[in-house]
Amino acid sequence: MSTAAITHAAPTSAHTSRIFRKETKYEFLKLIRTRSFSLATIGFPVMFYVLFGIANRNTYEGNVHIAKYMLGGYACFGLIGAALFGIGVGLSSDIAAGWLELKRASPMPVSAYLFAKCASAIAFGLIIVTILTIIGTSFGGVHLSASELIRMYGMTAVGSVCFASMGLFIALLVPANAAPGIINLIYLPMSFLSGLWVPLRFMPHWLQHIAPALPTYHLAQLMLSIFHYNDSISLVTHWNALIGFALVMLGLSWLVFHRKEQNA
Amino acid sequence: MPLAAIAYETERPQANTPHFAPKQPVASLSKVTRRYGGTVALDGLSLALHPGEVVALLGPNGAGKSTAVKLLLGLIAPTSGTARVFGSDPREATTRTRVGAMLQVARITEAIRVREHIDLFSSYYPNPLPLAEVLRVAQLEGIEDRQFGQLSGGQKQRVLFALALCGNPDLIFLDEPTVGMDIEARRALWQHIRSLSAQGKTILLTTHYLEEADALASRIIVINKGRVISEGTPAEIKRSSGGRTIRCKTTLSKEFLQALPGVTNVGIRDGIANVTSPEAESVLREMLRSDSTLSGLEVASPALEDAFLALTKN
Repeated sequence: MSTAAITHAAPTSAHTSRIFRKETKYEFLKLIRTRSFSLATIGFPVMFYVLFGIANRNTYEGNVHIAKYMLGGYACFGLIGAALFGIGVGLSSDIAAGWLELKRASPMPVSAYLFAKCASAIAFGLIIVTILTIIGTSFGGVHLSASELIRMYGMTAVGSVCFASMGLFIALLVPANAAPGIINLIYLPMSFLSGLWVPLRFMPHWLQHIAPALPTYHLAQLMLSIFHYNDSISLVTHWNALIGFALVMLGLSWLVFHRKEQNA
Repeated sequence: MPLAAIAYETERPQANTPHFAPKQPVASLSKVTRRYGGTVALDGLSLALHPGEVVALLGPNGAGKSTAVKLLLGLIAPTSGTARVFGSDPREATTRTRVGAMLQVARITEAIRVREHIDLFSSYYPNPLPLAEVLRVAQLEGIEDRQFGQLSGGQKQRVLFALALCGNPDLIFLDEPTVGMDIEARRALWQHIRSLSAQGKTILLTTHYLEEADALASRIIVINKGRVISEGTPAEIKRSSGGRTIRCKTTLSKEFLQALPGVTNVGIRDGIANVTSPEAESVLREMLRSDSTLSGLEVASPALEDAFLALTKN
């Protein structure tokens, strides 16, 4: 028994970090290779931004450059899509196929699995924001300072994690074959109503009143605040709403997960 | 009641019996009950796996096989009773580093190559096998650069087998490992399971196929409705299920009947003896010779499958 005790000693931190690295690498590779995911999540925001953003390269509303405003909106639209589909659809199909169960029976730390999913969502968010920024600055007449770009990247990471928690909740709640449809049903109207496609100020007044109830709106306002394009509501309120939303999603996920564990 | 205990209860252990018996089990369930809402999946079930054994867990659908495996893998907790693997709780991470599992999985990540799947799973374990060896043992050489989604059913099954053994575990769970495999692939996998066993690994196999249990297992545990209903070596199980049962009114004693050659099981109740034996004719001849008052004779001869069904139905 003594040899067994030595050879099977507690994992070292180097070993654990290798697991995190590999788990993340293969999760990212999977998403890149899954064309239905990578083309759609990168393609839609890019296509929309090319159609609507560049068309507004010379449009100004007061001192708001619409092409730059839309860069913020479509950055949010893209990162939210990557987080919701990457985690919502990916996790629910892992659960349905029994793959997650097999991984949980292995010594894989569950934290490595969740970390890999989150990190991949962030990576996709960063890729989308980078492509949109290149398009905006090259063809949309957008001027972006280095500090603005860095803050956009930071906001992308924060937003990805917040909407990853929503993806987690959906994955635990919804059967795998229904997940893509349900995510679209939530994601598309929510994006539209929060002004991610068309700036809120161009929308009917009554619609503008719905926006503050949506987490996408608060993320968009925080993103736009980098360009000082945000509305009159204080940034603290937006932060509270966004973080609160993420915590509620995580809490609900935890509840659903434990209910499932008991009935599993 | 374990058949072995009935058949050999009068035998004394031989002096040169290998010292397996006092060894601690590798994994055990003791008096485990597991409920799902109102239904009872396991009902006070106890079983133990000893080092180097290949144990087959047999039973109809819904018997509790998968629940037993999940408990031993630490995926679920018992409602009451205890599950132990290597002397500790199977839910502990350090226990899992010595365990490999092949579960019934519909699909694993399709856009990942065979070698990448093995690379990732190997990284979970402290002392994994080299990639080349895993590929060789699981017969994946030549297809290691294909993505999982491009493989045939049998190849997918072999990848899952590779994931179960890549961490060089001491205890391996194989849940219906050959389901959907053709007979050739099945026999090849049997060969690999035997060689793992020869390396001293302990293996728990669940299966629907009596033939598979017969080919591989050193011990078979038949469960139904969450309870162990029969346990023994394949020969013992076959003898019990394949043998015929002589039922008659007789004055012969239980000890006498048990001593007859070829008798595997004897039960006497209210003067009616039930004698099970694969060689029913010679046993019957001996009984008729020894007891001239023998009456009410019936000989029942169940087919193997029928016997298994009868065993698991009640």
